Amino acid sequence: MTERDKVIEVRDLHNQFGSQVVHDHLDLDVYRGEILGVVGGSGSGKSVLLRSIIGLNRPAAGSIKLFGEEMGRISDKRRSEIEQRCGVLFQNGALFSSLSVADNVMVSMREHFDLPQALMDRLAALKIGLAGLPAEAGTKFPSQLSGGMIKRAALARSLALDPDILFLDEPTAGLDPIGAAAFDQLILTLRESLGLTVFLITHDLDTLYTICDRVAVISQKRVLVADTLERVENYDDTWVRDYFQGPRGRAAEGAAIRLQRSKNTAAAAAPTTAKP
Amino acid sequence: MPSAGNATIERAADGERVVVRGDWTLAHATMLADRVATLRRQLSADVRVDAGGIGRVDTAGARLLLDLGGTNVISGLDADRRALFDAVAAIQTVPATSLLRDTGLVALLARTGAATEQIARDGWQLLGFIGLVLATLARCLFDPRRWRVTSLMFHLEQTGLDAVPIVVLLNFLVGAVVAFLGATVLKDFGASIFTVELIGYSFLREFGVLLTAIMVAGRSGSAFTAQIGSMKSREEIDAIRTLGLDPIEVLVLPRVLALLIAMPLLTFLAMLAGIVGGAAVCALSLDISPTMFITRFHDLGAVRHFWVGMSKAPLFAFLIAAIGCLEGFKVSGSAESVGSHTTSSVVQAIFVAILVDALAAIFYMEIGI
Repeated sequence: MTERDKVIEVRDLHNQFGSQVVHDHLDLDVYRGEILGVVGGSGSGKSVLLRSIIGLNRPAAGSIKLFGEEMGRISDKRRSEIEQRCGVLFQNGALFSSLSVADNVMVSMREHFDLPQALMDRLAALKIGLAGLPAEAGTKFPSQLSGGMIKRAALARSLALDPDILFLDEPTAGLDPIGAAAFDQLILTLRESLGLTVFLITHDLDTLYTICDRVAVISQKRVLVADTLERVENYDDTWVRDYFQGPRGRAAEGAAIRLQRSKNTAAAAAPTTAKP
Repeated sequence: MPSAGNATIERAADGERVVVRGDWTLAHATMLADRVATLRRQLSADVRVDAGGIGRVDTAGARLLLDLGGTNVISGLDADRRALFDAVAAIQTVPATSLLRDTGLVALLARTGAATEQIARDGWQLLGFIGLVLATLARCLFDPRRWRVTSLMFHLEQTGLDAVPIVVLLNFLVGAVVAFLGATVLKDFGASIFTVELIGYSFLREFGVLLTAIMVAGRSGSAFTAQIGSMKSREEIDAIRTLGLDPIEVLVLPRVLALLIAMPLLTFLAMLAGIVGGAAVCALSLDISPTMFITRFHDLGAVRHFWVGMSKAPLFAFLIAAIGCLEGFKVSGSAESVGSHTTSSVVQAIFVAILVDALAAIFYMEIGI
């Protein structure tokens, strides 16, 4: 592996609630432009890790660097500038229920920049479109949206300031398989077109197999292994083996391989059919 | 080094082209939008854009640059940026027109009509709900296994015992204020002693029960709406139904019964507190000693007025509880809906309490009690 640009660098992270230790000497690197999938059992501290990185949870000890800057030691102003470069999609969307979708997207633009309303309207429409929603969705309120649309609207809001890093907390949870697959593709497309780095917490094995470049396994209060899927699958640990070699893991792997194969066939067939 | 983006027109032998430099990002978007608008006025239709010297660029910058011309006229982009421009160009950014409120006279009339119809519907719905509660009550009353004693006790404590301090204090203060008001006016006629009658009449017949109703509507009616409403928005009500239970029986009856018991007790305390407040003012500033106050009070025929006031307490209790619970059931989806229905519940409950109180006053006056 060549030396790549680290956008997130977590070292010796220690988190504790009361007497319950969640993280103990946890290290994690996220490289520019990759999609990192974070997996772990329920209660293993995936969400706490995310909250620690984006600054919603003050860690008991350890250092977190975003874009090479130590988050605990910088001024509030600098911190706010860095936070603007992070987009977060919360598990249940966390859209502001009193604002329409377009207004939700415009909140951060309005707060941080002095833009004319007409331009903001267009930019909000752009983000809503990028998130794969129809233009009419902008006037709707969160309570009028379906689960899948809420996720997309929340994604549009997290893209509002053109973040460099996108944090996604279980983006495909609660979506039907078609919706989940479409969302996976959407994340891939956005990564390609916007050059995003994606930090993705998921339980969805299909997501792991289809879009993640690397997978980090959180277990035993630390990152057990963070590497490409092939290496993680073969890692010698009971939990990891159960996770990836269980019936669901095997099914997802099979599906991903079939998908890849059909893509390859299509690609091989394309030159002959595409000729005029 | 970050620098604001710019675009200039350069004329070469083969026609004019726009040369783009600097950062095209959201931070400079206002300035860039102006620049693009100016350029569009100056440029001919077939424009070429050279973006070879561009700095950082994000979706906002790409959108603005694309306003100069489509992706095919922009040259000098590397593969990553080309992908960004393609993605942005693929999306229509004409924002959907928001539904602005029509401010015309016809629309005003239409809204007035709709609001009036809504009031009628709400009233009808409330009557239906009251009927439902009474029917459920009648079914459960003779079946002791379906009495929810624990729940009843819990709500009795919440709506009754916990409300005692605030109700007593409030009535004591209002009693004192009424005594002061009465004394100020009656003194001019040399009839300060009638302050006792004033306090007795007002608190036994009206103020005790009405002030209690207002406090209970604000404290307990709103709590009922919020409790049931948040259960509704989390589908807990549906869960109750699917478990074969009746939400009216499980949620509404204990609350209604608790308020039916608590409210008369609170009213009694409210009357006492108001009278004590009045008596305190009489003793301290009007030279009417407590003994004299009590003797005078006895001559009032107080028991009759007490029952007039007390008879309204269960009625208010039932209405407040019914409105609070019904508004809770009307909650849909969002947390905001819980808030708006809670407000609506309090407003309606206080409105209905005062309305019924006024009707009752006329009624008792007509039958001469």
